[in-house]
Amino acid sequence: MSLKKITSHKMFLPVFCMILVLCANMIYDASQGSDFYEFFKVGITNGYLSGRLVNILNRGSETAILAVGMTLVVSASAGTDISVGSVMALCASVCCVILAGPAAPQATELAAPLIVGVLGGIAIGALCGAFNGALVAYLNIQPMVATLILWTAARATGLLVCNNLIVYVRNDTFGILGGFIGMFPTPILVAAIVIAAVALLLKLSAMGLYVQSVGINKKASRIAGLNSKRIIFLCYLLCGVCAAIAGVVASSRITSADSNNIGLNYELDAILAVALGGNSLGGGRFNLAGSIIGAYTIQAITTTMYNMKISTAVTPVFKAIVVIVIVAIQAPPVKAWFKKLSARNASASAKGVANA
Amino acid sequence: MEDNVVLTMRGICMTFPGVKALDNVDFTLRKGEIHALMGENGAGKSTLIKCLTGINDFEAGEIHVDGVEGKVKNHSTLDAQNVGISTVYQEVNLCPNLSVAENLFIGREPMTPFHTIDRRTMIRKADELTKRLDIRVDVTQNLENYSLAIQQMIAIARAVDTNCKVLILDEPTSSLDDSEVEKLFRMMTSLKEQGVGIIFVTHFLEQVYAVCDRITVLRNGTLVGEYPIADLPRVKLVAAMMGKDFDDLADIRPEGFTSHADAEMVIDAKGLSHKGTIKPFDIELHRGEVIGLTGLLGSGRSELARAIYGADKAQTGTLKVKGKEVKINHPIDAIHLGMGMLPDDRKAEGIIGDLSVRENIILALQARMGMFKQMSRAKQEEIADEYIKVLQIKTASRETPISQLSGGNQQKAILGRWLATDPDFLILDEPTRGIDIGTKTEIQKLIIQLAGEGKSVMFISSEIEEMLRTCNRMAVLRDGAKVGELDGELTQERVMSAIAGGAKE
Repeated sequence: MSLKKITSHKMFLPVFCMILVLCANMIYDASQGSDFYEFFKVGITNGYLSGRLVNILNRGSETAILAVGMTLVVSASAGTDISVGSVMALCASVCCVILAGPAAPQATELAAPLIVGVLGGIAIGALCGAFNGALVAYLNIQPMVATLILWTAARATGLLVCNNLIVYVRNDTFGILGGFIGMFPTPILVAAIVIAAVALLLKLSAMGLYVQSVGINKKASRIAGLNSKRIIFLCYLLCGVCAAIAGVVASSRITSADSNNIGLNYELDAILAVALGGNSLGGGRFNLAGSIIGAYTIQAITTTMYNMKISTAVTPVFKAIVVIVIVAIQAPPVKAWFKKLSARNASASAKGVANA
Repeated sequence: MEDNVVLTMRGICMTFPGVKALDNVDFTLRKGEIHALMGENGAGKSTLIKCLTGINDFEAGEIHVDGVEGKVKNHSTLDAQNVGISTVYQEVNLCPNLSVAENLFIGREPMTPFHTIDRRTMIRKADELTKRLDIRVDVTQNLENYSLAIQQMIAIARAVDTNCKVLILDEPTSSLDDSEVEKLFRMMTSLKEQGVGIIFVTHFLEQVYAVCDRITVLRNGTLVGEYPIADLPRVKLVAAMMGKDFDDLADIRPEGFTSHADAEMVIDAKGLSHKGTIKPFDIELHRGEVIGLTGLLGSGRSELARAIYGADKAQTGTLKVKGKEVKINHPIDAIHLGMGMLPDDRKAEGIIGDLSVRENIILALQARMGMFKQMSRAKQEEIADEYIKVLQIKTASRETPISQLSGGNQQKAILGRWLATDPDFLILDEPTRGIDIGTKTEIQKLIIQLAGEGKSVMFISSEIEEMLRTCNRMAVLRDGAKVGELDGELTQERVMSAIAGGAKE
């Protein structure tokens, strides 16, 4: 395979970014006198799997789950759902309030079976997704504006549901979702299940074709017999469900519903994951695997910063720099510049050969 | 410049990316004449007007206006007004919640010495102006209290009051009813007598003959000619707009015309309509029949087909498919009833650009099967390969994005998409536009072949020859309504005079 073929492959960008982050880790580890493969070490601490890689997969679960829904939304509607972070908070609140029951805000026993709370949260997420979808698909409101409503309203509603308190559900059964099954981190499993379910749906049904077709040309898709509006609606619905699952996992991690902080700014990570995955934010063709790798890359960047003992206050700055570099690499003028540069090198080396 | 000429445009050229919109166009307007600017959609009428009013920047050519030294090049509509060129568009661009007087003088209100608006003077002047133009209104009333025709006239009054030598009316009558049109024409005639040169752009042939003195015809961005109205009867005007000449047209009606009146009725529409695009129409179609829809571009021929297919949902009337009354809300309903439609705008409504040829071909069939019954990849490839072979689609592979194919091959792929659904009734809207002659012939042959297999085809084309070659029957459309049907011996002359609407069939 020629170099050009590799660089033009759809998985090139996400994988390249991932490798870049890994290299940074290895160089840093080596310079600190540790083994250069420190990053990949998986150990067992206090009976749980530990290590940086495990940590990244664990912590990146929520972003990965969100990225799944976001990929579909971007593809079908050429817009982004910026409400996912707030919807996470709302769904977490609903789930916790159901589980805490009358004992809120300090519950230690589950007032309802775990599954009821989880399904309650997911139902609210679906409702939020349906709301967004209806605005975008049927009322033709721009996705950014339509989802801006829940971006502000969902988090506030979450606070309202919790009566403006942090609702604690200090219960081991609830803690499992964000904790461990045996020695294995549960969020990784949850993310894997969501990804597998959506991948299976795309593989076994014609949904992938429908979504991309609508995203590329809504009018032509309609003439060809697709219900463009319903497909866009469905994508937002699915995105809402993904946000709910991510929200429940996030609240289980801290065994409480902290509506002010759960999912804060996650919508940006999710959108970034889709972009890093090599997906055009203009809709159309999508690459789900790319988005997921993008999501874990973002988490890897964050974890690397912690590891390098960079203060959490300045982490966003470094993250921004990394993002600028990654996004700049795929900008057309930069690509053109690289092309020119390599052409000049080629001609220079040719001249060198001639002189020799 | 001749004495009575107010406007000359010479050698105007204008290019949009990839298209020559105007190629060396001349236009002359004399004092006190109403001059129709005619042409089919895309002929360059609007572009020419926009070059004149400063909205478009033309590349070559010059414009001279009576009373202005040297060449005129406008950069905005304000520039144009300053040299005496005013435009009134189809939509009234006035403020309905202001009074008539305010609307007439907005932006140039008479002032008192204290720099406030001198309402008394404004109302007096507005009154004088409307009286002079014979518009009977109370100028202190809000504009919204008057009919659209009056509003249109107020817009014209405003335009002509600013020292106007050239008045451009761009489709001013399309939202007016007959009596309102009558009023507008009276006003145009009176302005003409006052020496204003009027450029009148319209799609309605009748109206041209009712008020105009002269006609300039454009086609595909080039000038066809300028004619006094008496020298250009309707049929010749249509011929000029479409680029046909009666004398050198050979009669190419194929032999073997057969009647299909006994065959099973596939489509039976009664009183279908879509507001604003097509007035209520009846149409019948039998098994194995090819019906042609003919008329000028914009006459409603695409819209008629779209109303049947559900692309624009029909708002009135009933539709029977094979004798059963049906309701079509979306194209997918039509597909389930065995219909298919190849739309005229291939790029906007036909191809899904970034999807592969394979995906484009199987799309409609997959849509009919439903989302959860995905065709296997092997089946998809088999279907795609079949139609690539049958229709001789030239593509690097079946996985090539369709946008990389040439127009003709894209069109064939879309045809393949519908053939794959094995439809009983296929609408082909301009299937041969912009594709090479070889492919055109193939598509025409295909239509005849499909009819032979017992399918019904509705065929729309701007090229009368290919309709004559393939159709059993033709429906004629004019100004958004179906005005008649032609069967029996179809000849070019009959069709064109039917389009022009001169003699009744």
